[in-house]
Amino acid sequence: MAQKLSKIDRIIAKYQADKSALIQMLLEIQRENRWLPPKALERLSQRLGIPTNQIYHIATFYKAFSLIPQGRHAVSVCLGTACHVRGAPRLLDRVTDALCIGPGETSTDMKFTLSTVNCLGCCALGPVMVVDGEYHGNPSGKEIKRVIAMCD
Amino acid sequence: MAQFKSPADLARTRQRIISRRARKRFIAINASGTCGLAYGSDQVFQAFVAEIERQGLTEQVGVRATGCLGFCENSPIAIIFPEEISYFRVKPSDVPEIVSKTLAGKKLVNRLLYKDGNGKKIVREGEIPFYKHQSRIVFGNNRLIDPKSIDDYIALGGYSALSKALFEMSPEEVVETVKRANLRGRGGGGFPTGKKWETTRNAPGEIKFVIVNADEGDPGAYMDRSLLEGNPHSVLEGLIIGAYAIGSHEGYVYVRQEYPLAVENLFIALNQAREYGLLGKNIIGSGFNFDVAIHRGAGAFVSGESSALMTAIEGRVGEPRPKYIRTAVSGIRERPSNLNNVETWATVPLIISKGADWFTSIGTAESKGTKIFSLVGKVNNTGLVEVPMGMTLREIIYDIGGGIRQGKKFKAVQTGGPSGGCLPESLIDIPVDFDELTKVGSMMGSGGMIVMDEDDCMVDVARYFLTFLAEESCGKCIPCREGIRQMLHILIRICDGQGQTGDIELLEELSEVIQDASLCALGTTAPNPVLSTIRNFRDEYEEHVKERRCPSGVCKALISYYIQPERCQACLLCLRECPVGAITGGKNLVHVIDQDKCTKCGTCLEVCPPRFAAVLILSGEPVPAAPPQGTKVERTKGTQQ
Repeated sequence: MAQKLSKIDRIIAKYQADKSALIQMLLEIQRENRWLPPKALERLSQRLGIPTNQIYHIATFYKAFSLIPQGRHAVSVCLGTACHVRGAPRLLDRVTDALCIGPGETSTDMKFTLSTVNCLGCCALGPVMVVDGEYHGNPSGKEIKRVIAMCD
Repeated sequence: MAQFKSPADLARTRQRIISRRARKRFIAINASGTCGLAYGSDQVFQAFVAEIERQGLTEQVGVRATGCLGFCENSPIAIIFPEEISYFRVKPSDVPEIVSKTLAGKKLVNRLLYKDGNGKKIVREGEIPFYKHQSRIVFGNNRLIDPKSIDDYIALGGYSALSKALFEMSPEEVVETVKRANLRGRGGGGFPTGKKWETTRNAPGEIKFVIVNADEGDPGAYMDRSLLEGNPHSVLEGLIIGAYAIGSHEGYVYVRQEYPLAVENLFIALNQAREYGLLGKNIIGSGFNFDVAIHRGAGAFVSGESSALMTAIEGRVGEPRPKYIRTAVSGIRERPSNLNNVETWATVPLIISKGADWFTSIGTAESKGTKIFSLVGKVNNTGLVEVPMGMTLREIIYDIGGGIRQGKKFKAVQTGGPSGGCLPESLIDIPVDFDELTKVGSMMGSGGMIVMDEDDCMVDVARYFLTFLAEESCGKCIPCREGIRQMLHILIRICDGQGQTGDIELLEELSEVIQDASLCALGTTAPNPVLSTIRNFRDEYEEHVKERRCPSGVCKALISYYIQPERCQACLLCLRECPVGAITGGKNLVHVIDQDKCTKCGTCLEVCPPRFAAVLILSGEPVPAAPPQGTKVERTKGTQQ
């Protein structure tokens, strides 16, 4: 944990412990850990002199932050308007079936987290599924299974 | 790199870049845009770099990874300049042939050219219908620029508008020019930009801020991202000009963290601008100081609202606050703060360079210039299009968009994102500008244009937007938080076949309260998707409520899938693919869906070969009794297996 805390101190130092950069620091912590560990938030609170409740206010307000650990592979389905009219709800059902977890959930083996997004801006591909940053346009049931099976 | 100390330095550098490139042809690949990358354009770009080197053409041909080229549908795209030969859907395996035929020789690779509806091949980009009807004054430079290279931007005359503003115009003259150009905010509201600048300029206080709003949140709109990714310096130049006009020395770019490539290209652009002395102290030797910081938004739709965005920049939760005093007078840390959208900022340098009269010559009486739209949904040519204000929806959807996919019937076009509305066919000939769209109950918004066809249910679309808004409402004020939730309950009820008499009227009544009593624009415009669909498609609502019928076959609770026994050819496809094993039958035996087991996932309809087209969606009518078990198929001519 000491090592992790020193990482957080580094992030704080990068922003010169500037209170107004709190959201930017949280984004970096989120990116490094794939979630916001409570210890990290306590450290931020101490170092920046911001009450923890205010930090939690921000951490729960924005979609980018997670207060629970995320799976190793991030699967998301775009629910933007263009994807919606092209069948995103059905795609989401299929991905949900294939992963056996619902949107916002993480599998018990910490392998996958399924999320939904409100437009990735590649509407021509829609409906779109993204697995670890790779885009899959209108994948068939078979392709969904293939892509998921390739994750280790 | 030497800093520019005078306009002459900038002009000299520009000349040097141009002469260095004089005879060089170049090929542009959309490998620096998110959508292009999703299509694999990076591999195509790498293949070109390697192949051009292998064939010893590096001296003659440059390769450029550009941002979005608009025509997403046909990515990856490669355009060869100066001839503008355009190749679409290029694969890495096509690259050696393109290089040896078109770049080393003078031959075309015919199969990669654009084919129009009649099968005629078109070579030049500008002659392709998708591009021909556009006027890409803001977005067009994307194809000539590697966004990671400031030199590309300078070669096109970049930063000369800034130089002109700083050395030939007073700040008042800049404000006056933008006012005369009647530039209106491209982010949605359409507020006059010049007037906003003037308010901030005249507001008391020494410290003032200018901000780029790149928190593009409307689902189905991605023009701001494509501009930031593809031409970040144009946005930056506009911002510096605005800062000079307003008297601000500190700026922010608020950009969604969901746009990592935009953030990356922007960071690079800021650093390059600093190295050249276009940002920082004494810009181009003019004595004017200005610098910019990037603030990444953490994903909240409501944070795109001006007061919420400014609160977020202060490091607090991005919730809107009452604007008794406008943010132009009291924004970030209670200082005067001027916020404009990405596209608005990118338009500013053009107005300064070419003059207000040039700008007002484009567009309609009250909406000047062009607007970028993301033309998406059930349209043939999906992509970003830039058209003069006043072009009709029909021209955009049919002439540029190539009409509706799969020959289906147009039903509606949704503009303005979650704050906008759905316009039916009867309104398709209205000219698109700020006021006309508002008049018919929608709005310009940031420029999303989602085309819908006969298979789209308008009640479902309304439910979709309300689901989005219910999730994104910050919850600070009750009419928005509770009102949207109540409306959503009713819409879900209607879609589930539980609609009650009076529900439609109740939706209208709730809408009125939410519009009147909400604090920010998220709430006051939230009922629009519902009101516009009720106004334009009331019969669809009534069919849902009274007849328990979804005419478009979308609302799951109101539909059944049915295999027509006389059309089924027992190909076993649906039977094998059905995820819940609800289909019975066998070789030569008519397939039947067990309605109790069916989850209405639609897989059977999708996999049934179009030449059989045996699966139907039924709504509002009973499912015909299944044929007796073991019924053999009737073979239709030409469908023998």
